[in-house]
Amino acid sequence: MPKDHGIGASSKRREDVRFLTGQGRYTDDINLHGQAYVHFLRSDVAHGRLNKVDTSAAEGMPGVIRIFTGKDFEGVGGLPCGWQVTDRHGNPMQEPAHPVLAQGKVRHVGDPIAAVVAETAAEARNAAEAIVLDIEELPAVVDMKKALRPDAPKVHDDLSSNLCYDWGFVEENKAAVDEAFSKAAHVTTLELVNNRLSPNAMEPRVAVGDYNTGTDDSTLYTTSQNPHVIRLLMGAFVLGIPEHKLRVVAPDVGGGFGSKIFHYAEEAFCTFAAKAIRRPVKWTASRSEAFITDAHGRDHVTKIELALDAENNFTAIRTETYANMGAYLSTFAPSVPTWLHGTLMAGNYRTPLIYVNVKAVFTNTVPVDAYRGAGRPEATFQLERLVDKAARELGVDPVDLRRQNFITQFPYATPVAVEYDTGDYNATMDKLLEMIDRDGFEARAAKSKADGKLRGLGINCYIEACGIAPSALVGQLGARAGLYESATVRVNATGGIVVMTGSHSHGQGHETSFAQVVADMIGVPEAQVEIVHGDTANTPMGMGTYGSRSIAVGGSAMVRATEKIIKKAKKIAAHLMEASEGDIELKDGQFTVAGTDKSVAWGDVTLAAYVPHNYPLTELEPGLEETAFYDPNNFTYPAGAYACEVEVDPETGKVTICSFAAADDFGNVINPMIVSGQVHGGLAQGIGQALLENVSYDENGQLLSASYMDYAMPRADDVPFYQVDHSCVTPCTHNPLGVKGCGEAGAIGSPPAVVNAVIDALHRGGMKHVAHIDMPLTPARVWSAMHG
Amino acid sequence: MYSFEFAKPKTIDEAVAALAGEEAQALGGGQTLLPTMKQRLAAPATLVSLNSIPEMIGVCVNDAGHVCIGGATPHAVVAREAAAHYPALAALAGHIGDPAVRNRGTIGGSLANNDPSACYPAAALGSGAVIKTNTRDIAADDYFLGMFETALNEGEIITEVRFPVPQKVNYQKFVQPASRFALVGVFVAKYADGVRVAVTGASSDGVFRWAEAEAALNADFSKAAIDALSPPEGTMISDLHGTDAYRAHLVKVMTGRAVAAA
Amino acid sequence: MTQVTMTVNGKAVTRDVEGRTLLAEFLREGLRLTGTHVGCDTSQCGACVVHVNGNAIKSCTALAADLDGASVTTIEGMANPDGSLSVIQQAFQDHHGLQCGFCTPGMVMSAAALLKENPKPTETEVRAYLEGNICRCTGYHNIVKAILAASGQDVGAIAAE
Repeated sequence: MPKDHGIGASSKRREDVRFLTGQGRYTDDINLHGQAYVHFLRSDVAHGRLNKVDTSAAEGMPGVIRIFTGKDFEGVGGLPCGWQVTDRHGNPMQEPAHPVLAQGKVRHVGDPIAAVVAETAAEARNAAEAIVLDIEELPAVVDMKKALRPDAPKVHDDLSSNLCYDWGFVEENKAAVDEAFSKAAHVTTLELVNNRLSPNAMEPRVAVGDYNTGTDDSTLYTTSQNPHVIRLLMGAFVLGIPEHKLRVVAPDVGGGFGSKIFHYAEEAFCTFAAKAIRRPVKWTASRSEAFITDAHGRDHVTKIELALDAENNFTAIRTETYANMGAYLSTFAPSVPTWLHGTLMAGNYRTPLIYVNVKAVFTNTVPVDAYRGAGRPEATFQLERLVDKAARELGVDPVDLRRQNFITQFPYATPVAVEYDTGDYNATMDKLLEMIDRDGFEARAAKSKADGKLRGLGINCYIEACGIAPSALVGQLGARAGLYESATVRVNATGGIVVMTGSHSHGQGHETSFAQVVADMIGVPEAQVEIVHGDTANTPMGMGTYGSRSIAVGGSAMVRATEKIIKKAKKIAAHLMEASEGDIELKDGQFTVAGTDKSVAWGDVTLAAYVPHNYPLTELEPGLEETAFYDPNNFTYPAGAYACEVEVDPETGKVTICSFAAADDFGNVINPMIVSGQVHGGLAQGIGQALLENVSYDENGQLLSASYMDYAMPRADDVPFYQVDHSCVTPCTHNPLGVKGCGEAGAIGSPPAVVNAVIDALHRGGMKHVAHIDMPLTPARVWSAMHG
Repeated sequence: MYSFEFAKPKTIDEAVAALAGEEAQALGGGQTLLPTMKQRLAAPATLVSLNSIPEMIGVCVNDAGHVCIGGATPHAVVAREAAAHYPALAALAGHIGDPAVRNRGTIGGSLANNDPSACYPAAALGSGAVIKTNTRDIAADDYFLGMFETALNEGEIITEVRFPVPQKVNYQKFVQPASRFALVGVFVAKYADGVRVAVTGASSDGVFRWAEAEAALNADFSKAAIDALSPPEGTMISDLHGTDAYRAHLVKVMTGRAVAAA
Repeated sequence: MTQVTMTVNGKAVTRDVEGRTLLAEFLREGLRLTGTHVGCDTSQCGACVVHVNGNAIKSCTALAADLDGASVTTIEGMANPDGSLSVIQQAFQDHHGLQCGFCTPGMVMSAAALLKENPKPTETEVRAYLEGNICRCTGYHNIVKAILAASGQDVGAIAAE
């Protein structure tokens, strides 16, 4: 029987009621008294020298309060990068300045040049149009390989080139890897592109800055996945506001997918300007603005090779990737193609030798940073396309080739610096095959053929490192932040519980699932537990939500704090029942003395904690509130097997997804309904990447896919009902809940399944010359590959 | 949006008068014009709404058997009310944009805008429709003058569109995956006096008639007749959603499918 | 400025608006009905869908002045008179048809319009009807399932959760 409450139950989400009735409170719903509005004048050229910004005509326009330009930010810090990568030669990456408003040059379409603060948004925009710019347009670099040519225009004049870093991993293994390739019985090679994506959370970004003249306190309301990180980065590195004078609030946030991790110029601007004009300042992005300012994702160009011995065992992998950073380093950009990508190149396989080379490149495009999966989808796509290609070249079953090379012994130390604690890749593959009726495929293919369609089946595996992650480890790898998580559990006198978590929910349902955990541990109804998040004023310093880390890291902190609560409550209960602390048991909200019929209720104990009349005051403080910071000792490693069946219309190249199945091992699951929902969403994003989505620039750096008219978002009729399963469970060995995280899996595992299926369909249709098609597999691209 | 004066006439005459003003612009359903104005790419001094003129809304059949659609009739109304008289036209209207867009967008607005990827121009040209304005009747063959260009004069309003009903007809739309406009749309209609094949989405000259296909279908109204043709030549659009060669190929495929389904 | 009178969620409201005021702005800023969301500027995402005289429209692509005299229903007007969730809203909660909640008001309004036109839609019809509503969180699975369930159809056969 499925559980009806607590850990493992599909509890309905409590946050839904406010969202379903229009009572959510998103950042754009916040309007402060006396609020002014800012409009950013942005560069419409990709690269140019900013000779003059003449605001004189605009200053006198109706409603204008003040116009800011780069000059106003000369003494102010730039937007910081939170991760420093060290290159193959031991040198730090090249790290350019990133001013809040452009100084000297503009480097991508959308780079903010001036900011007009006015009484209304329309007046601000009117005045921005009256600013006269003298921009000397410079040749733009868009293509990464061209950007690395010695004669290429430089995005940043003060750097030696457009190369951010040339990273080798593991550099010491390079010679051994090369040797393995020279001895290989078979080598499979694949060149591919991991297409650039725009995250497109449905809520565009918003920032409202406020300043209290009386107290000198600044407050920023912002669409963030991690308000404490913004407070630290913006306070310490940009504006010089100490954290105790700065509050950051991220209320209901309409989706993030990584794009709302980063600290953006508009947040710093609104906070800065509110203090400068002594009035609240609000900015609401339009979708058009989002396309040219939200950090993009992916954008890797890769050559990957697999060496196999005569028995089809994988002996070595070698990759060379060009990773686009865009015009500036976004907050965590350098980590994505390196530590979140190179470390995953072993995948689910025993490959003894791996060498990953990544060249990160500056171009005149929007900065690129983490987007759902961040580095891991890129690694998975390369590896799982490559293994499929190898199976085809060798004439072996792609599932058999995978199984033959699966890692089966745990813990397993990969040659790329991580240790998988647990997993069972055969179990998820077995489950997947059970779900998809592989034996029935030929009959389905025959039916498709009768309808004039080509049917194909794609299967692949994935592994991800998430629950990001141990501070000591990421510190060694260049992170300039810790990656613990925090929770304060506050029990009130009448027994109600408030959990203040450093995690942030922007769709993940923490208000429900986190409450399930605490309610289960104490044995009280879930409704008695309230989850508070998103406000630095009332939550402990937390690192926020990304990298599928909330339940694994944030949930663990909450468990640790709750354990402290239970420990103290037992002491109080022991005192009340005049028993020994060691004999106290807590079950269903009742404290009992083992072996007796004595009991006190949860509420008796909590009341005693706050009305300590009969209380061991000499040994124990009153009150019942505990905080824990949890820093894991490893990543978690969710893994699984995915399958996609497609039909290709040979006349038009159009691909239709017939079915999609996902068998995941997420370790223990707190709320199966929410976990399935996370997988569904990830799958749609992965299918979107595979078939529809693409950020496209022309050679001058003009964005061609600048609205939903040209950037294809997955819609309801682009996807089928999915089959998802998470019944294969190998609990994480190193966190108290045994959980691994589920937020990114769908987006990581699905693109190769789709592409593998399309290639399979074309081969079955006799088009054996098609070894690969770069994503997105639009009808036009599939058709031209068929006829190529 | 820039600021503008707003007028909401109740009759065609009032609308014509309002549109005579300096930099006045007619507003149909606004599903294209309002987004354009939000981007500040259009800045009329006065916007004249045509949405409250009862004589311009509705579907009827005239004595000649033509289906007559008021210029301010939303797509959703056409989809419902033309279904009994001209099912292919109703189906086309029922697949423009999305349901919410269909409740606002109007036939007159679509034809006045003449987006090269819109569906209605294919229906009007493919049906040999007559575009009635406040001053004259314009044959569809004389109306479409190129991408976003029409025979309408300044201030001229489409009051009604009259569609002769064909013997056989079908519209095939292959959607551009982002906008869901037609990447290529082909409207094939067989009348007693000949076959008309109108193509939208494909050409940078806007909607056009594919003469070779019409000739082939006049001789033999079958998919095989289309299969024997080369894809049309001309100024095909090449963009991030498809090359000119791909669009030309799709024109042929969609024409064949329309003939088969007609 | 033009004076506009509408009935919004059953209540008569009169306001002075500029010609350029969009219905979405009128609702969000004028009436502080912030349940109607704006997620794009090209009339595609559907977060702003409301009902005007019974028809679903995109409130970000309609002028308030053009809708003088109209009857408007927003997400704030969708619950039962006693404040409990309506059948559609309840189905969205029961079947986890929402995550971040931003597209949800538009989804619910479109779902209501669909079920009024077509009380027992097929899966294909539901998916087609949602062409103008983009969700980035749910992958649509549970939205489609919720709408089918709200129509009284058995969704037990659709993958669990």
